[in-house]
Amino acid sequence: MTPDRFTFISELLRERSGLVLTTEKTYLLESRLTPIARRAEVSDIDALIDLMKVKRDVNLIEEVVDAMTTNESFFFRDIKPFDLFRDHVLPPLLEARASKKSFRIWCAAASSGQEPYSIAMTLLEQKAKLAGWNYEIVGTDISRSILDKAEKGVYSQFEVQRGMPITLLVKYFEQQGETWRIKPEVREKIKFKFFNLLESPASLGKFDVVFCRNVLIYFDQKTKGEVLERIAALMPPDGMLFLGGAETVLGVSNAFKPVPNQRGVYALT
Amino acid sequence: MKRCLIVDDSKVIRMVARKILQELGFETEEAADGQQAVDACKRQMPEAVLLDWNMPVMDGIEFLKTLRAMPGGTGPIVVFCTTENDIKHIQEAIEAGANEYIMKPFDNEIIQSKFSQVGLL
Ligand SMILES: C[S@@+](CC[C@H](N)C(=O)[O-])C[C@H]1O[C@@H](n2cnc3c(N)ncnc32)[C@H](O)[C@@H]1O
Repeated sequence: MTPDRFTFISELLRERSGLVLTTEKTYLLESRLTPIARRAEVSDIDALIDLMKVKRDVNLIEEVVDAMTTNESFFFRDIKPFDLFRDHVLPPLLEARASKKSFRIWCAAASSGQEPYSIAMTLLEQKAKLAGWNYEIVGTDISRSILDKAEKGVYSQFEVQRGMPITLLVKYFEQQGETWRIKPEVREKIKFKFFNLLESPASLGKFDVVFCRNVLIYFDQKTKGEVLERIAALMPPDGMLFLGGAETVLGVSNAFKPVPNQRGVYALT
Repeated sequence: MKRCLIVDDSKVIRMVARKILQELGFETEEAADGQQAVDACKRQMPEAVLLDWNMPVMDGIEFLKTLRAMPGGTGPIVVFCTTENDIKHIQEAIEAGANEYIMKPFDNEIIQSKFSQVGLL
């Protein structure tokens, strides 16, 4: 690929989704954009990029941005954060909201839904403590195709075996042939919405707990900082943030500080 | 080192499982059916059992029930690993005292994830 084509496409991606694409990742462009080139009826991805240069087609841009997202996710990814949520974040939250009896959780890079469903199952497992409570989980992502999958809540046998205890599988999923569908009681706890983290999340409302895991890794320092500031602005003073295992607030934003002995958990400063 | 008993009538599957489990740091022993597995447990209780369902002589569920009734038989963590992948079988296994359940086909990632969930890793 010529340098000017690479510059054009990588700048477009950075501007639209925050994705930082380095030249070593050119192969990703090849593998993910070739099907789009075929659908757009151009010969290859060079031609596709040339087409995008001359014609600003928002649908095509969205399709390209979507195709370049990495959506890998598992149920109860890394396990620990969900234990910390249940044992250390939820109890003080319930105490602090005892009069209101409601709280909201934002899953800011929901991908195919495993993370919000894991949170919902964790909460459903605490049914006794949550009797009479109202809670909502909002799952957002920039990829419409992956949100479709999340909304359907249908997973392969392989997907349901990575990270999820068998007791939760039989309790919260229905088997449909070779696939497993999340039950309505879990599904209804979650609202899925299209949302780009580069934009202002003010319209989403306030959130007591935010999971923003394994997405900041794709952004540059400045973007990471801005995203964290915007998340902080949506939280009450006792709000809590979860980041992925390879992510931190240190050196990125002063809005949050790590919670001692709770890896991946951050409190407002 | 923790010991894992691999119970499966297929030699190939035992070999694949053995490789994965040894990589995860287990000492392994093998049995080709439930009866051989009972004998192995009588000699020495393993920490973990990876258990197929359909086998000649004695099948997996019968082995599990026998094991749980043996002295010290509640100790081993039992992970089913079978092509039986419907809810009925899974529930029956849990009721009989299985700790986890893997639906074949499996790979090292699934074994690792299931074994760490039950605290073996
Ligand atoms: C690797 S997945 C992480 C999924 C889940 N949080 C987890 O940890 O398993 C990253 C997700 O971030 C989404 N994403 C990337 N850039 C985004 C942006 N600018 N706004 C919202 N979502 C974005 C991708 O579409 C993808 O689904």
